Amino acid sequence: MVASGNNPYEKALAGLAMNRRRMLALGGLTAGAGALSACGGDTGRGDGDGDGITLYQWYHEYGEAGTQEAVKKYAEAYEDATVVINWVPGEYETVLSSGLLADKPGDYPDVFEGHLNRSMVDSGQVVPLDDILEDVKDDYTTDDLARNTIDGKVYGIRMIDDPQFLYYRPSLFDAAGVGVPETFDDLIAAAAELTTGDVKGIFLGNDDSATKMFQSIVFGAGQTLLTDDNQIGFDADTVLAGALKVKELHDSSSLLVGAPTEAWDPSSFIQELCAIQWCGLWALPAIQEAHGDDVAIMPVPGFNGGNPTVFNGGWDTFVNANSEHVDEAKAFAKWLWIDNEEYILDWNLSYGFHIPPRLSMRANAEALADGPAAEAVRISEEYGWAENPNWTPTMETAVDDMMTRIVLEGADPESEFEAAQGTIQTELDSIFG
Amino acid sequence: MAVSTETAPADRAGTGERTSRARRAGRWRTTLTFWYFVGPFVAGLLVFTYIPVIWSAYLSFFEARNTVSPASEDFVGLDNYVAMLRDDAFIDSLGTFTVFAAFIVPLTFASSLALALMLNKVRLARSFFRSVFFLPFACSYVVASLVWKMSIFNGVRYGMANSILDLFGIEDIAWLFDPSPPWYWLVIVTLRLWIQCGFYMILFIAALQQIPEHLYEAAYVDGAKPGWQTFWHITLPQLRATSVAVLMLILIAAYQAFDEFYNLIGNQAYARPPLMYLYNTALGTVQDLGKGSAGALILALLIALVTVLQGKFLGFGRSEGQ
Repeated sequence: MVASGNNPYEKALAGLAMNRRRMLALGGLTAGAGALSACGGDTGRGDGDGDGITLYQWYHEYGEAGTQEAVKKYAEAYEDATVVINWVPGEYETVLSSGLLADKPGDYPDVFEGHLNRSMVDSGQVVPLDDILEDVKDDYTTDDLARNTIDGKVYGIRMIDDPQFLYYRPSLFDAAGVGVPETFDDLIAAAAELTTGDVKGIFLGNDDSATKMFQSIVFGAGQTLLTDDNQIGFDADTVLAGALKVKELHDSSSLLVGAPTEAWDPSSFIQELCAIQWCGLWALPAIQEAHGDDVAIMPVPGFNGGNPTVFNGGWDTFVNANSEHVDEAKAFAKWLWIDNEEYILDWNLSYGFHIPPRLSMRANAEALADGPAAEAVRISEEYGWAENPNWTPTMETAVDDMMTRIVLEGADPESEFEAAQGTIQTELDSIFG
Repeated sequence: MAVSTETAPADRAGTGERTSRARRAGRWRTTLTFWYFVGPFVAGLLVFTYIPVIWSAYLSFFEARNTVSPASEDFVGLDNYVAMLRDDAFIDSLGTFTVFAAFIVPLTFASSLALALMLNKVRLARSFFRSVFFLPFACSYVVASLVWKMSIFNGVRYGMANSILDLFGIEDIAWLFDPSPPWYWLVIVTLRLWIQCGFYMILFIAALQQIPEHLYEAAYVDGAKPGWQTFWHITLPQLRATSVAVLMLILIAAYQAFDEFYNLIGNQAYARPPLMYLYNTALGTVQDLGKGSAGALILALLIALVTVLQGKFLGFGRSEGQ
């Protein structure tokens, strides 16, 4: 079951329009009070039917055509509750954070997608889902479980795996006489060769072209963000040597910066603004539609003798601990994202590509069986690294600032590393004592 | 609260009781009218400004991550204030603001005053030009930011600015995302100038129209020449009160800069004003409402302090010409 007209904002606007008419009829002050009371009473969300239970499920706005219709279809097919979809455009994580602070049913999500971090658990926002995952834990990759686990409890169900890597066009490489880069030095050289008057060699992103390489530097060197006992897992020599390589790329004129779209959107690659672009598996169908068979992918090459890396991004589903219907929300999450092979495969393969997180279902993912998609699955499994839920946004901001200052502003690397290290250590001390 | 009480005309021919009742009814009507107009604004101010400020002050004394109602054992005293004052990123953001203010305050002041002086002299189509310059003020920072970012100052070959540079054989510039050299200031400052100049121009025009013509006539009789001499010795002193108010408004608006930074650049270390940093700390992914609230109150105190000092030194509240 799904509530029709499930965008609460549209309903709220409709409510306001009605109140404006009432205002004209009754006069300003009375109607002003009416407007306030109506805003409180009519949330614009559909009432539950059947047994009267309504679950509110939140998604960020996926860019691929048909995704919103798909989640409505899934919600409608669920028989044990009315599921109201909130499809959130813009900065989803911020809207979600506010939503999770709300007290009134309908203002907060019962089931939502997101990314786990420790503060969500410490502040009691999410419930453990070990019971509904009990029988299938072995059917997820270790990384997919680890990124959803805090202190031995699993809080999230993996919905999609989104490996991110570099797209390139073999024909451009052939024309420039460039081989596939095996090291970051090769990548810098290839980008320079591929740069022409109208096309830049490589696009890593507008506002994160310096910062997103940090994790590649760390994981490529066999290090990690945080060790198992939650200490800093990388060293200055590795990070600074890598950061200076990224600076070398930035200082060349072969990096595209300031493109109209960010790197999660394949438009720059499709519009031939760049020869190589960082993007995710989700964009493969759109890129193949534009460039046909002239598309290949590669992991981010290793820095200074390190290994190649692939960021295994993705989304997970959680159940709000403050929900009035925790058990019903867990049942719905289990039905949709653990048991429902048809919908899991539909969601992963029909609207842009993602890797189904259930290992047993990957064999049925025919769309990922050959070509660049199969290569994506392979390098994701071989070189992939995953987020750590103990790595907080404050820590991320600290290393982002460090990379920005070293790479873009030419700041002193050692002092920047010390500053970032200090911030991370303070954060670790405040969390783990 | 002071209420203007204009009594209804008394019925002089009637009895004292009727007069008294009429007076009471008149007072009641006046009071009702007062609250009819003022009430909604007072309620809005209370609900959307004062209560959040008080709540924010309360939160600033607690460890409040992912919550707006921390438990009593999470009380941390002044720790959040100490942490914010020791936070390099927050202090850097105040530095970013200082650079921004150094550009935007004098530029906005000079541009809006120049526009006002020119429009004050124009005899033909004055209303048209006034509207043309004021119109950008009606545009939202978000929309203007998108136009500046996507159309004028994008970093690729078909961006307007890069197309013009291309005519002179100059290579494309990544206006917003390469801080060396810091071209992003050009984008940010021109955007804010475009939006807010018209508003301050209107304030100056209103003040210019209040300057008595006989002051200029007397000056001419004494041998003064139109132009720089009368501007410096008559116009500028006569605009003193307006100038001080405009300077304060521009500075406060600069302190509150958020929209264009957020939409043009995002959360970058090299161009992160205080509100951007606090937004990320309290409402963004960090969700540390305790530290965010402490930072917001530090910033509010700083704005109040600077405003008071500026008012004191520049003489805010004195009448024009004093």
